[in-house]
Amino acid sequence: MAQPANRPVFAPWTDPNEKPLIRFQNVTKRFGEFTAIDNITIDIYRREFFALLGPSGCGKTTLMRMLAGFETPTEGTILLDGQDIAPIPPNKRATNMMFQSYALFPHLTVWDNIAFGLRRSDMPKDQIPARVEEMLKLVRLEKFARRKPHQISGGQRQRVALARSLAKAPKLLLLDEPLGALDKKLRQDTQFELMDIQEKTGTTFVIVTHDQEEAMTVASRVAVMDHGRMIQVDTPDRIYETPNSVYVADFIGDVNIIAGTATPKGDDKVSIVWAEGQAPIAATAPGALTPGTPVHFAIRPEKVAIATQKPEDRANVIEGTVEDIAYLGNISTYKVALPGGQMIKAQVANDRRIARRNITWEDKVWLSFTDTAGVVLLN
Amino acid sequence: MNRRFSWFNATSLTLGFAFLYLPMIILVIFSFNQSKLVTVWAGFSTKWYVELFRDEAFLNAAWVTLKVAVVSSTVSTLLGTMAAYVLVRAGRFQGRTLFSGMIYAPLVMPEVITGLAMLLLFISIGLDRGVFTIILAHVTFTMCFVSVVVSSRLATFDKSLEEAALDLGCTPFDAFKSVTLPIIAPAVISGWLLAFTLSLDDLVIAQFVAGPSATTLPMKIFSSVRLGVSPQINALSTIMISIVTVGVITASLVSKRSIARQRAEEQAAVRN
Amino acid sequence: MNFRRLFLIFTPYTWLLIFFLIPFAIVLKISLSDYAISIPPYTPVLDLEAGWAGVKEFLSALDFENFTFLTSDALYYTAYLSSLKIAFISTVITLIVGYPIAYGMAQAPDEWRPTLMMLVILPFWTSFLIRVYSWIGILSNEGFLNQFLMWTGIIDAPLQILNTNTAVYTGIVYTYLPFMILPIYSALEKLDGSLIEAAEDLGCSRLQAFWLVTFPLSRPGVIAGCFLVFIPALGEFVIPSLLGGSSTLMIGKVLFEEFFVNRDWPVASAVAVVLLLILIIPIVLFQRNEQKQREAEG
Repeated sequence: MAQPANRPVFAPWTDPNEKPLIRFQNVTKRFGEFTAIDNITIDIYRREFFALLGPSGCGKTTLMRMLAGFETPTEGTILLDGQDIAPIPPNKRATNMMFQSYALFPHLTVWDNIAFGLRRSDMPKDQIPARVEEMLKLVRLEKFARRKPHQISGGQRQRVALARSLAKAPKLLLLDEPLGALDKKLRQDTQFELMDIQEKTGTTFVIVTHDQEEAMTVASRVAVMDHGRMIQVDTPDRIYETPNSVYVADFIGDVNIIAGTATPKGDDKVSIVWAEGQAPIAATAPGALTPGTPVHFAIRPEKVAIATQKPEDRANVIEGTVEDIAYLGNISTYKVALPGGQMIKAQVANDRRIARRNITWEDKVWLSFTDTAGVVLLN
Repeated sequence: MNRRFSWFNATSLTLGFAFLYLPMIILVIFSFNQSKLVTVWAGFSTKWYVELFRDEAFLNAAWVTLKVAVVSSTVSTLLGTMAAYVLVRAGRFQGRTLFSGMIYAPLVMPEVITGLAMLLLFISIGLDRGVFTIILAHVTFTMCFVSVVVSSRLATFDKSLEEAALDLGCTPFDAFKSVTLPIIAPAVISGWLLAFTLSLDDLVIAQFVAGPSATTLPMKIFSSVRLGVSPQINALSTIMISIVTVGVITASLVSKRSIARQRAEEQAAVRN
Repeated sequence: MNFRRLFLIFTPYTWLLIFFLIPFAIVLKISLSDYAISIPPYTPVLDLEAGWAGVKEFLSALDFENFTFLTSDALYYTAYLSSLKIAFISTVITLIVGYPIAYGMAQAPDEWRPTLMMLVILPFWTSFLIRVYSWIGILSNEGFLNQFLMWTGIIDAPLQILNTNTAVYTGIVYTYLPFMILPIYSALEKLDGSLIEAAEDLGCSRLQAFWLVTFPLSRPGVIAGCFLVFIPALGEFVIPSLLGGSSTLMIGKVLFEEFFVNRDWPVASAVAVVLLLILIIPIVLFQRNEQKQREAEG
């Protein structure tokens, strides 16, 4: 998603010869009785934009703070460039962090904030001004160098924080909910700016966020976490298209989940019995299934077509009544009640003007989808 | 509050502030009285000020008090800031409860008890009483006020600022010196001022621990007013009241202006 | 890092142990000793050179005799009772005087309030001793109050106010008034004005709204203010010495005189120990009130 299609695909995680920049090996972190991180093993590669995604309290921030050096693992090791970083204090690490609150020093100017880390590095004194100017230019804040943090706007503060954490050219930049304090419009603009800067500097970014849209937009890979465990680590499109669990399917985007029992029909095809009096759903499932396995069938609303006439050539066709319509401008979501009481959501792009659309409340409609549109989840 | 400022409010404020200020105003007026009788006006004169500045004993006492206050408030600011840092940041350690108890207890301890206890300590370790023992006692009872002021500021301090400093390569001490200290400086300064004032003001503890060799200004004032009012004390009081008034008004004007400026700048930043 | 942390904890801790805790241990020890005409003026003196036997002998000589003495001599328990009475009455008067001022400040227009606040704090920075002293000239027989009253013709002969308990009450109320005003003001200032409007909307008169809404919500401030006046007033020494008379009995003054005039250190120490024990009750109550308020504020 983040990568333009005309370039070789950036996917170091598929290359067995590629050495990871960061390696978590069976890392566990406990705070007293509470287990914040539960036996996590992952690799993060150079130049990646890696997103840690999950609800608050899932352990994503703890994972990041361990990389920065503010927490130490209870068990397991964290390797940075093959070196165990546990004994290295935060001020000696080649990582920098952008804080959720930005943590700009209120008593220093924008310029001094950015120079703060450089003055404490082995950079010769006479090179510092040039580097600060370079950073100011990168985040387009040259005009604000002499201002104090309270004299600039929220969006500008965010960019100062970014410039400050990038100034020392860290091997790894950690971003803790970097856009959380911005309003929606600004957040979207800044997401693209972040990707741009990441590409320009070639720094490895690890971002913590609870906003799935943000994670999907910026990241090369997304790690979905819950209760201190990694649920799925994959590219945004695979997370969305082929979630490995109901949790991930439900957490990312909108989804219809249907419980049933699956029977293999050969050639990766399965048929799922899901309700009395309804035809089984024809779907695709990788691997062999024993007949009668309980499964969940997950299908995105935009992959469900809605029509007033019964479609002929679709693998799955279900009849229902329109219960509710949510008009969102570019799309409309139809909530369709099935005879058994279940609800299925179908999403349609509004490519015609409203007067031309012919489905309304209480209408009898036909929902349809192909046999490859949904995912069969075991658990 | 919904503000409906009524005649009742106006009256209670007027009477209240009259009660607070009238005695001091009378004191100041009669410091310029010609007569030795401090309650009968006999014409304007500054002779009591002249006499005050000729009085060796008063000048000596003032000098001792100033020395004690400067030294003790500086040491107590140092110790009190450390104690505040320990209270807010050090987490759990052996004897933490006792530590916080010892920080808060002196705030409510009657001065007679503190004075007595300190004196008995100095006697039992054979320390000669004098300026030095007054300083020790003042450091002990004022450091608690400092640490209360500083710790309430530290409690609202965004911890990620310190973490950011560490992250950018500061050692913990460097982070404290170049980030924490400049930000909490106003609280440290007001802690120092509070300690300084408390030390200047203290009579009871000094009375216990001073011994015969050292006399502070409050001790001198106390022994002379015990014999009744004296215009010289009025003159001295006027000087002290003026210093405090000028100080407090300046401080509040400065802080008012800096708040106003900060607000204006923040609004300007939002508009940009 | 660990060394630094240790140093940080160790320095103020040691200071407080040596200059705060040990002195109290000494007070406690001396309160259990006996008066003697010697230097130091008490026995037993711990003789460490005598070794374990010395410690044993020392411990066996300690007793509660001084505390029994405090209960047998009317001077002491009347002094405690009278201190409690004076502290209590002055606290009530301070509340009655201070509440309307705090209320007026909270009702005042926004732009006045920093100034009003400064006017309340200013006396606090001014010398305590001078503020007490200023009342001598007002309350004495030839003082301004008597002059004024005689001038208006209310009285013919000067009233004896100075050197009575009335003067002590006046002094305590005057000096501790800011401690009462500030917590009440901060409680009232936080009060949401729409609550009073809601009460009036639901049929309360202004006075009823005050009693049913404003006053109960300002109670944490009132309680804090009362303790802030009561606790220091109980052990007060300067005010009874300067404004009180020979009939004014306050325990702080008794302790001072016991120590400096009678030179009876053991009894003075026992007086201090009992005063501390009495103070523990209001201090604990005060702490609990503060804690409750902190919890309520989250």
